[in-house]
Amino acid sequence: MSGTFVGMPAFPKAAHEAVRDTTLRGNLRHATHTIRAKRAKAVAEVSDWAELREAGRRIKDHTLRHLDRYLVQLEESVTAAGGTVHWAADADEANRIVADLVRATGETEVVKVKSMATQEIGLNEALRAEGVHAYETDLAELIVQLGDDRPSHILVPAIHRNRGEIRDIFRSEMGEWGRPAPEGLTDTPAELAEAARLHLREKFLRAKVGVSGANFMVAETGTLVVVESEGNGRMCLTLPETLISVVGIEKIVPTWRDLEVFLQTLPRSSTAERMNPYTSTWTGTADGDGPRTFHLVLLDNGRTDTLADEVGRQALRCIRCSACLNVCPVYERAGGHAYGSVYPGPIGAILSPQLRGTQSEIDASLPYASSLCGACYEVCPVAIDIPEVLVHLRERVAQGGVVTQRGAKVMLKPAKGHTAERAAMRAARWALGSPGALRAGQRIASRSRRFHPRTLPGPGRAWSASRDLPPVPAEPFRDWWQRTHGGQGTGK
Amino acid sequence: MSSRDLILARVRRALADVPADDTPYERAVPRPYATEHGDRTAEQTVDLLAENLADYRALVHRCTTGELPGTLARLLAGRGAGSVLVPPGLPGAWLAEADGVEHVPDAAGSTAHELDRVDSVVTGCAVAIAETGTIVLDGSPDQGRRRITLVPDHHVCVVRVPEQVVSSVPQALPRLDPARPLTWISGPSATSDIELDRVEGVHGPRTLEVVLVSGADEGK
Amino acid sequence: MRVALFLTCVNDTLYPDTGRAVVKLLTRLGVEVDFPMGQTCCGQAHYNTGYRHEAEPLARNFSEVFGGYEAIVTPSGSCGAMVRELYPRMGERARAEGRGDTLARTLAPVVPRTYELTEFLVDVVGVTDVGAYYPHTVTYHPTCHGLRSLGLGDRPRRLLEAVGGLELRELPGAEECCGFGGTFAVKNSDVSAAMGADKVRNAASTGADVLCAADNSCLMHIGGTMTRLRVGMRPVHIAEILASTEEEPLA
Repeated sequence: MSGTFVGMPAFPKAAHEAVRDTTLRGNLRHATHTIRAKRAKAVAEVSDWAELREAGRRIKDHTLRHLDRYLVQLEESVTAAGGTVHWAADADEANRIVADLVRATGETEVVKVKSMATQEIGLNEALRAEGVHAYETDLAELIVQLGDDRPSHILVPAIHRNRGEIRDIFRSEMGEWGRPAPEGLTDTPAELAEAARLHLREKFLRAKVGVSGANFMVAETGTLVVVESEGNGRMCLTLPETLISVVGIEKIVPTWRDLEVFLQTLPRSSTAERMNPYTSTWTGTADGDGPRTFHLVLLDNGRTDTLADEVGRQALRCIRCSACLNVCPVYERAGGHAYGSVYPGPIGAILSPQLRGTQSEIDASLPYASSLCGACYEVCPVAIDIPEVLVHLRERVAQGGVVTQRGAKVMLKPAKGHTAERAAMRAARWALGSPGALRAGQRIASRSRRFHPRTLPGPGRAWSASRDLPPVPAEPFRDWWQRTHGGQGTGK
Repeated sequence: MSSRDLILARVRRALADVPADDTPYERAVPRPYATEHGDRTAEQTVDLLAENLADYRALVHRCTTGELPGTLARLLAGRGAGSVLVPPGLPGAWLAEADGVEHVPDAAGSTAHELDRVDSVVTGCAVAIAETGTIVLDGSPDQGRRRITLVPDHHVCVVRVPEQVVSSVPQALPRLDPARPLTWISGPSATSDIELDRVEGVHGPRTLEVVLVSGADEGK
Repeated sequence: MRVALFLTCVNDTLYPDTGRAVVKLLTRLGVEVDFPMGQTCCGQAHYNTGYRHEAEPLARNFSEVFGGYEAIVTPSGSCGAMVRELYPRMGERARAEGRGDTLARTLAPVVPRTYELTEFLVDVVGVTDVGAYYPHTVTYHPTCHGLRSLGLGDRPRRLLEAVGGLELRELPGAEECCGFGGTFAVKNSDVSAAMGADKVRNAASTGADVLCAADNSCLMHIGGTMTRLRVGMRPVHIAEILASTEEEPLA
């Protein structure tokens, strides 16, 4: 297993392996079903969930439609509070900014709060190339880092690992990175959490530089918010002398008051709690309390391209709760790695092909990684209509069209491998375009019905490898109707 | 062109299709959601706070102002604490009876390693939220810097009831000053990272005790 | 009341029994049913696979064929959702592409008049007891588009509960997708098959004789999986159960 997503196979190929991995299937089934029921209960406790969801949607939509204004306002507020704001157009620029900031401190290690944005830009690898060790401190991120593994879930990157596997990773790897796992470590979750506590504590206490993301940034006050459970976030945000936060530009909310919506919907949607154990908010730097230096790196990296798409831009409302992953039947069976991105699951299937473009094999396959069952949309606390965006992106893949890439409009050609499908869709449209043609086809099928196999060769095997075909009836409905009600129907 | 200008220009171009809209923010986002859930008396709100704190494994105690020094001394002794961190503005009377325990002041110069050797910390709070079982610290003198409630393994937080208790998150935010560093605490540190099931006790204090202290010294 | 039956191309071609059941059921309830012979396909497969422009002529044809009826009834949650949820979206997209309001205006009349069968029975005809008799144990699978796009809620269940002789068994994980998903079943056949197998195992665990749903596309996938896994259950469309009577048992 390698720690990057480069050169990922297309989704169906990766999923082919995953559905046959019984350990993985069991781990995912157990974890997602546990959290599903709990989320439903936590949401049901709040009588105004629909109103909170709608308000969350509107706050995010409003912010996105005035994003330039709010970004400038945020920059002013953060600067006024003693922070320094940097702007990064892409991953390389963000990594360079962070590496330069760390180098300027003279330190060679940083402690990290779990952050999707820094995963997305591959910050740890970029820092390593500069001789800086980045230590992940979230328990699941630690499991992934120690296991030289890839994250497979937004909230719980090591969801694909069960307690036994985690114990084995801790036993064999912790010693390589610092304090070894305690003697006789068992697989009880409390002992595993204790092992992580001991292993990371020495790193927290000596850390001089912390790196984080943020769940929200408040434009009017310049406040950043990190929502977490373990306390590793608090450690990284308060003990080091320098704090560097890398945050996507879409994480802004206009006002302090807006947090009243998201601090109700996010914990219930993600960990199914009324409130997560710890939420930290900070505004620039504070005298004698916490880091003396604060840098905010505002990250674009495909977000403005996503914003340019009028259907796809709703994906930028995402608050990374991962409720859509937990409820998704495809995610449950294919696992997070199949999505070939730090953003797996339904939200990943609409985010990755927009942030990265649809040119690669994996990104072109992601919009199809859904049965369009709609469970993701139903649970989304900011009402992202994920099926709508999936279908929209399928159109982009199959038919091409004008898209924005790195700020410029370009004409996209249809993705490879869709020529035959396009021809079939045209033919089907022709055959279904007139009742006469449909009827002719039905009659041919009915007359030859005794020769139809229940399984198919060639491409049809994709269906019949696991399912029988239905028998073709002797007579299509319209012939029966004509025979029995002939002349009655309006034969348009 | 700086990346700042580049990103802002990209944003403006990306929004070219969106019709101009100068609706003031207050009207652009209607807020028909509840400011609190349910109808409770002040006393019931405190009960709900106690219930939700306990639900997330905080240890909840109730006493009167007069009983507070005794209660705190008992909690520290029960824990076997040899030392306790004291925020600069903690009312002197609170720890008056905890005389067997070394009082460590929250000194600006103390390192994380030094804090790590202290057993407990006692603080007040800025506000407590009943519906979510949350206490919020804002770094006021009776709470001290964020690190002192983070590194020791045992945090005792005193909440004056009912005046410091609100029902809900929407009621808490206006009471808080965003310019101050805030820490919202709902139970001891926990993780859901192993099989998405909650386990208490990771990096933050593994024991959180909340003392709900009421002003009147009933029964005295 | 005179209503048009929009049977759907799949039912017309592969499941004529479902069509005959709808005609029998509605006629029994005093509803005059017409089957406009000009009907073909709503365009859902094209639309959902990313060929929206190929779906547009089919949608226009749908509107032309059904535009004159007071109500259009379909025994398919997903095709019903196509008309109700996605036709307006097609109109909006055409407008956004600078093609004006023509498509939106053409499609608008059929949108509010299109009903999924159980919705039509409960909301328009106003019945839950349709006088049916079906002496079997049945478990009900709510299909995704019926459940989440159309919001059918407990309508199908209320109809089934009123059927004489029918014993309804709770389906574990009922609201989870069966894995059909149109072209998903072929493009991601491994995941689709895994979802189908789990659905069938859950259905089999109920001990029911019949798995009932309000959409034959899903039933084709579930039924095909049942025979392959040699599970002794059969898939039956809800229309066929509701059409069945003591005098004239169906299915």
